[in-house]
Amino acid sequence: MRLVTIVPTGTANTASVVAALTRLGAAVEEAASAGDVETSPGVVLPGVGAFGSAMDRIDSLGLAAAIRERIESNRPTLAVCVGMQLLSRDSEESPGATGLKVLEETVGRFGDGVTVPQMGWNRVKPGSGSRFVESGWAYFANSYRIDRLPEGWVGSSTDHGGEFVAALEKGDVLACQFHPELSGEWGARLLDRWLQTVEAA
Amino acid sequence: MTLASRVIPCLDIKDGRVVKGVRFQGLRDAGDPVECAGLYERQGADEIVLLDVSATPEGRGHALETVRAVRSELSIPLSVGGGVKSPDDAGRLLEAGADKVGVNTAAVSRPGLIGEIAERFGTQCTVLAVDAAAGEAGWEVVVESGKTRTGLDVVEWCRKAVAIGAGEILLTSWDRDGTRSGYDLDLIASVSSVVTVPVIASGGADRPGHLVAAIEAGASAALIASILHDGDTTVGELKAALREAGIVVRP
Repeated sequence: MRLVTIVPTGTANTASVVAALTRLGAAVEEAASAGDVETSPGVVLPGVGAFGSAMDRIDSLGLAAAIRERIESNRPTLAVCVGMQLLSRDSEESPGATGLKVLEETVGRFGDGVTVPQMGWNRVKPGSGSRFVESGWAYFANSYRIDRLPEGWVGSSTDHGGEFVAALEKGDVLACQFHPELSGEWGARLLDRWLQTVEAA
Repeated sequence: MTLASRVIPCLDIKDGRVVKGVRFQGLRDAGDPVECAGLYERQGADEIVLLDVSATPEGRGHALETVRAVRSELSIPLSVGGGVKSPDDAGRLLEAGADKVGVNTAAVSRPGLIGEIAERFGTQCTVLAVDAAAGEAGWEVVVESGKTRTGLDVVEWCRKAVAIGAGEILLTSWDRDGTRSGYDLDLIASVSSVVTVPVIASGGADRPGHLVAAIEAGASAALIASILHDGDTTVGELKAALREAGIVVRP
């Protein structure tokens, strides 16, 4: 059963993620409590809004510990865009806000000389040993990124004024800086591979 | 750097149907939005823009249904504009399945709207749509489908909107819209040289060469409508021409 629970990180849209997962046969629910995050076969941390406000929302719902616990035990978890950034320690976008601290990295803004936000399709180079990411084009919409590969993760990369981390994976945890739900057939294949881990959970 | 230049079909939506006119007037039916969006996605479109050109509240209701219907089928980004007056209007479109929301007339009356939407939903969700009419010195912002001149300088307005929170500019030449006489390249160059956010060129595309020129003038993306709806070309043909001209596009 492809049962997926979405963490409500903000007021902006999760409709695209829900639509993409639904097209792949998933039943999608919204997390109402930490218990939902603990027990669901698959959890999605979607990418909307700003780092600080998304983290506030997670804290006020009391979901941070449950999300961290899932990731540390490599259970099927998908983090998208800002959702991936939330795994880090903090972000230049929201000084003073603390992330989930699964990663030691700080999220930084793209440098000068490139279009910011990075808005559009860019090439993804899969990391060696990647289970989820294949070579191809993904849709990005971000001004901030992680530019250093964290230890213990398989990292895929993309270039926008220098290499940055396009995706991270560890066990059944997949974090994407791009939007797989908006990345056409390539993105759908990636989501389907992740949903297979949900099905097996 | 490999960020690809985008080709973006635009669907003007009225009462649940795709329409197209010349300089925003004389609208004619151009098909079903879900079918058009799906067809263009299969042709290789990088994104779809829906512009709600309904004039009535009933029409606006249809637009939300259209966004929902298109979203459920579409697996590429969907940007929606038309009649957005408040962050709540933007929220309803995002909830229905838009990935980005465009503001136009209401932002001219109240620029703070751009910042409010950016703060609540993020800069990457906030698109400034500008309709530009050529004047003696530069371009003037026009609103209400070109019926009203505002006295605002287009380049200044874009610079200000980005400072407040716009993450992308959909730059339409009112003079060229639907005329198939080519994009206004000076307009594209003038705006893209003063902002760091992506600029989408719009208004006047007829031949692949027009898209090449728009990208070379500084646009990150080219919007197309009439030439697709009339079946004269396909997104695939246009992207092949861009690639041949040495421009990076998504295969």
